[in-house]
Amino acid sequence: MVEKFIIQNLDIWFGSIHALKNLNMQIYANEILSVIGPANSGKTTFLRMLNRLNELEVNFRRDGSVKLDDIEICKMNIELLRKKVGMVFALPLPLPLSIFDNVAYGARMHGIKNKNKLRQIVEDSLSRAYLWEEVKDRLKTSAFKLSGGQQQRLCIARTLAVNPDVILFDEPCSGLDPISTAKVEEAMLKLKKDYTIILVTNNVKQAARVGDRTAFFLNAELIEVGETGKIFTSPFDRRTDDYIRGKFG
Amino acid sequence: MRKFKEFIVEKLILICGLFCILVVVLIFIFLLKEGLTLFKTVPLSHFLFGKNWYPISEPAQFGILPLILGSLLVTVGAAIISIPIGVGCAIYIAEVAPLKTKEILKAGIELLAAIPSVVLGFIGMITLVPWIKTIFKLPTGLTALSGSIMLAFMAMPTIVSIAEDALYSVPKSYKEGALALGATRWQTIWRVELSAASSGILAAVMLGIGRVIGETMAVMMITGNSAVIPTSILEPVRTLTATIAAEMGEAVVGSEHYFALFAIGIVLFLISFAINVTADMFLHKK
Repeated sequence: MVEKFIIQNLDIWFGSIHALKNLNMQIYANEILSVIGPANSGKTTFLRMLNRLNELEVNFRRDGSVKLDDIEICKMNIELLRKKVGMVFALPLPLPLSIFDNVAYGARMHGIKNKNKLRQIVEDSLSRAYLWEEVKDRLKTSAFKLSGGQQQRLCIARTLAVNPDVILFDEPCSGLDPISTAKVEEAMLKLKKDYTIILVTNNVKQAARVGDRTAFFLNAELIEVGETGKIFTSPFDRRTDDYIRGKFG
Repeated sequence: MRKFKEFIVEKLILICGLFCILVVVLIFIFLLKEGLTLFKTVPLSHFLFGKNWYPISEPAQFGILPLILGSLLVTVGAAIISIPIGVGCAIYIAEVAPLKTKEILKAGIELLAAIPSVVLGFIGMITLVPWIKTIFKLPTGLTALSGSIMLAFMAMPTIVSIAEDALYSVPKSYKEGALALGATRWQTIWRVELSAASSGILAAVMLGIGRVIGETMAVMMITGNSAVIPTSILEPVRTLTATIAAEMGEAVVGSEHYFALFAIGIVLFLISFAINVTADMFLHKK
């Protein structure tokens, strides 16, 4: 297995709050890593660290090393990093544009102007996100006309359009109904062939359904990480077991 | 007893509300009554499109075209100066400035709004007008350009504070969404935040312009007040507002001149009403 991310001795603070404590882990290429844990466990901080979105906060401080393909991410050009590490948010966030322009947005921003090429990228990305069939006849309509699940898949397509290596999912199904959730999960399982996927979720069952490996965070610490099957059947730590069984959180 | 108290308070508030509306209506009726009287003797087209404003010559001519053009020129000039600076300032305050700079700038902008217009006019007269005169080698520095520059300062606080509000209320998630796609800070501001806040920014611009059009004191002091049709921004002009302010004192009550000034008032009222309604439309557009 090829290591995509290598994280060593990472600490993150927001002001006086210690949001991640001494984190050491690897994320492998073409796996789906599910991240579970109760609120305030540091799982979202962990995710937003990977594309350096935490740096938007004023009191952010970090220490330690995070490498993507053996390059320290803090030394990378931040736009390039975010192009390589795409992100899908909890709430679908279509831009106030048409469906086509939403998907083409990132590609345009990175300098692709050729119309045919853009059309190709849009079709390709929408197909990969399992949305093409549903929207191909109305690409010019506003993205807000789509249902919640469709909007979320649109956001996945938009992320795919800039051709990332890694996709971060921040509770992508928290606002979706079960059928839409199933479609998004199906898309994720297909996508892992070409991408590395990190999925933060509050839904333990979702982690079990799609994750190759699962990481459990609690109180800003990584409690354990391992094969999803093992985590869910015989975890090392009692706290992991308690959380998965719904005893707290 | 408690119910009675409630009743009294409720009615009092109602009366306050009605009183405000009543005042507006009364002003409007008075304006119409006095202003429209002019059109018994002077045709509307002569009034609106007449090229000469000679209110006290024999026979008097009441063409307000030069005044309308004067107001327009000063306003457009002020808009050209204040919109880019104002919106730029709003972007800086809302998106770029560190917290401390932000506080200082906001206080500064509020202070700018608090300067009385007569003081602004006075400062313009002493400093700006001589500069304009020497820079452009003009016989006088009292020009439309001087008025535009000073009025730009008056429009800016309105534009900055409302545009900043509009930018600030763009959901943070939009910004994060764009950044997560690898957009630079500038791309995010330009393509996402400005377009999401566009209706609020347009409203800010309209309200700023509304303020400029209605402004009287500063323009009267520094635009030269000559009621001729301007051919360039470096000529003296006279605005609608300045005309009323300058001539109302000497117009004989009940004369044609007096009614003509009220008619100008109606024109001004309609212009600012239109601007405010447009701004409101943008502000409440969703």
